[in-house]
Amino acid sequence: MIPLQNYLIFSAMLFSVGLAGALTRRNAILVLVGIELMLNAANLNFVAFWRFSSDPNAMAGLMFVLFSIAIAAAEAAVGLALIIAIYRHYKTTNLEKVNSLKG
Amino acid sequence: MMVQSSSLYLIPLMPLLAAGLIAVTRQPHRRFAASLAIGAMGISLLLSISAFVSTLGQTSAGAARSFSNFDWLQIGPATLRLGWVLDPLSAIMLVMVTFVGLLIFIYSVGYMAHDDNFTRFFCFLSLFAAAMLGLVIANNLLLLFMCWELVGLASYLLIGFWYHKPSAAAAAKKAFITTRIGDVVFLLGIVWLYSQAGTLLFYDHGHGCLEHLKLSELAGRTTVGGLAVSTGIGLLIFCGAIGKSGQVPLHVWLPDAMEGPTPVSALIHAATMVAAGVFLVARVYPLMAEPIPAPVGFVSAPFISALPVVAWVGAITAVFAACIAVAQTDIKRILAYSTVSQLGFMMIGLGVGGVAVGMFHLITHAFFKALLFMGAGSVIHGCHEEQDIRRLGGLKKYMPVTFATYAIGMMALSGVPLFFSGFWSKDGILEAAHTWKPSQGPFYLAAFGALLTAFYMTRQVCYVFFGNYRGAKGDHSHAADSLHGGEPHESPRVMTMPLAILAVFAVVLGFIGTPAWPWFQNYLGGENLPSGVGELFRHDVLYTILISTVIVTVGIGLGWRLYGGKPVTNPNEVDVLERWRPDIYGLLRNKFYVDELYEVTVIRFNAWFAAFCDSLDYWVWNGAVLAVSYLIVGIAWVDRVFDEYVINLGFDESCKGIADGGRLFSRLQNGRVQNYLRVIGVALAALVIFLVWGRKAS
Repeated sequence: MIPLQNYLIFSAMLFSVGLAGALTRRNAILVLVGIELMLNAANLNFVAFWRFSSDPNAMAGLMFVLFSIAIAAAEAAVGLALIIAIYRHYKTTNLEKVNSLKG
Repeated sequence: MMVQSSSLYLIPLMPLLAAGLIAVTRQPHRRFAASLAIGAMGISLLLSISAFVSTLGQTSAGAARSFSNFDWLQIGPATLRLGWVLDPLSAIMLVMVTFVGLLIFIYSVGYMAHDDNFTRFFCFLSLFAAAMLGLVIANNLLLLFMCWELVGLASYLLIGFWYHKPSAAAAAKKAFITTRIGDVVFLLGIVWLYSQAGTLLFYDHGHGCLEHLKLSELAGRTTVGGLAVSTGIGLLIFCGAIGKSGQVPLHVWLPDAMEGPTPVSALIHAATMVAAGVFLVARVYPLMAEPIPAPVGFVSAPFISALPVVAWVGAITAVFAACIAVAQTDIKRILAYSTVSQLGFMMIGLGVGGVAVGMFHLITHAFFKALLFMGAGSVIHGCHEEQDIRRLGGLKKYMPVTFATYAIGMMALSGVPLFFSGFWSKDGILEAAHTWKPSQGPFYLAAFGALLTAFYMTRQVCYVFFGNYRGAKGDHSHAADSLHGGEPHESPRVMTMPLAILAVFAVVLGFIGTPAWPWFQNYLGGENLPSGVGELFRHDVLYTILISTVIVTVGIGLGWRLYGGKPVTNPNEVDVLERWRPDIYGLLRNKFYVDELYEVTVIRFNAWFAAFCDSLDYWVWNGAVLAVSYLIVGIAWVDRVFDEYVINLGFDESCKGIADGGRLFSRLQNGRVQNYLRVIGVALAALVIFLVWGRKAS
């Protein structure tokens, strides 16, 4: 059986890739993709910790993940809708240009 | 359709609605405004005639009277009630006012045709007519007073219609303020009457203030100097009439009111406003006269009524104004003073003879004086706004219709015997004055006034219509207006038609009140005087007829001899009378210096008092106000310093700190979403490092 550390390391790498994508990409859609990656890394952690917990028969961890995936789907829909709205307004999805949210 | 007293309000309502509608009409809609005003007046005339007819055929004055009252205002337990009354007095006034008013409206269409403010003029005229009609039908002294003031307002607006002329504006003010003096006293009378009688309704099923119950109650009480309360109230109310009807000493406004357009002069000085004062006296006549059943508890002194005062004021006014009219040179001013004089005659008639005598002269005078004014307007219109009779002359040739009608009016006013209305009404006054018990003074004064009337009217007609035209002919500056060339011209038909109609009435109206057929007196008084040609030859009747015939003949003969025989040829020629007695003529021409007298007494006192109040204001009140204001300013200064250096400074400092901090932090907020995300990422990394190392250390 693959030890827990491997899962955690994989999930940390996945998170880092997502974070790097979200931070460096200029395109709003790719930023959204990065965020989705980070979300999935978190989900992987959930499942891994549940699998190696003292009582794997309790379904709490699994349920968390299912909810999280559902919320992620909703969030992706909202995010894409926002991006479309931004595109219609600014005629671009480049986040460098969309900076009217400053103080 | 018979007009009932309850629907009587429709008569003033029509012109009032017209006035309201015209007020919101724009200037260019001349035809609409004029036809609306004339149409409303026509409807009012029909309604008035219908109301008049419904009062005919009654045997007594009481039976012919109908009234309808309604609650108007409730203050605590007291209720003020207003109402309309339809009796012979108001019915005859309604017909007269609407009829003469209608003719004047029609005439105005021609006279004001070139005026820019045509619609405004008709708005005011309608308002005037509405107020006057309301005054006539009022069954409550308060309602009468309201309409009375509305009439005053409308006359102010109309006299000052050409407000860009300073003289017109001044005349309007003068008319308003002078009549106001009388009105204040009038209002006092109203208040006194209300406090004594508890009602202001004239007729109210036996409880009105003009009915026996209240009258004997009022006459029974005495006030200062043993005067009956009713007499005192009557005198106060009469003061209102003095102001409105231009009696001495408040007559000064009336001649100045000639500054208004001529139809206004006709409307104010013939049919309506000045008649209002006479009408008022006629309306409250029961209050002034001795009550028929002897007052309760009234035994000591003989009853002193207010009527002798009315008669004497009238008599003095009649002669006073007639004297002034002799020496005037402005065609409208002569008529104005003649109006004042004739109003004096009406007052004599009311004072010595009763309602019917005075009202008869009011009605006949309304027609022929409207005729004369409109004739004068026609003359003025045809002679390029020239009003000085010395610069007119010979108009008989140029304006035949105006001349014929004017001559009829002049003869009616002078009282040419038998065929003209003025003769019969003036004769009635003379006869009543002759048989008046207390004194023969008013009779002699009235006779003298009648002589002067005949004289000055003859003088005026000779000046205006005979001889040669003395106005400027060739060098007239109206070059652009080809109609207004050098020669005088006859006025358009819209102006001469009303003249002709009025001329007919100036003749025939006399026959409804002759001693041979005293229909008018019977109608108003509700009596049944004997009639028949034989009445003319009763001793005292015949006597006054002969007397007035002689008077008129002498007056006209004298006038014709002095002015008609050898017509004036040069406008600058000295008047015949002035050559004879320059001192008296000067006195008369300057109107007995009444205006100057008021100038140095009332007006100067007023000015002095105003200056005194002003200096009081400036030094005393202003000083006190200034002191207080300086105190406040001092306190405010201290406050300001405190504010500036303590509160403001502290606030400024803290605000600056907050602003700086905000500026610093706002740099983080640069709108780049990914920067925010970056910060979150760095924080996360820091957190992870802290957690891992912290665990290791412990």
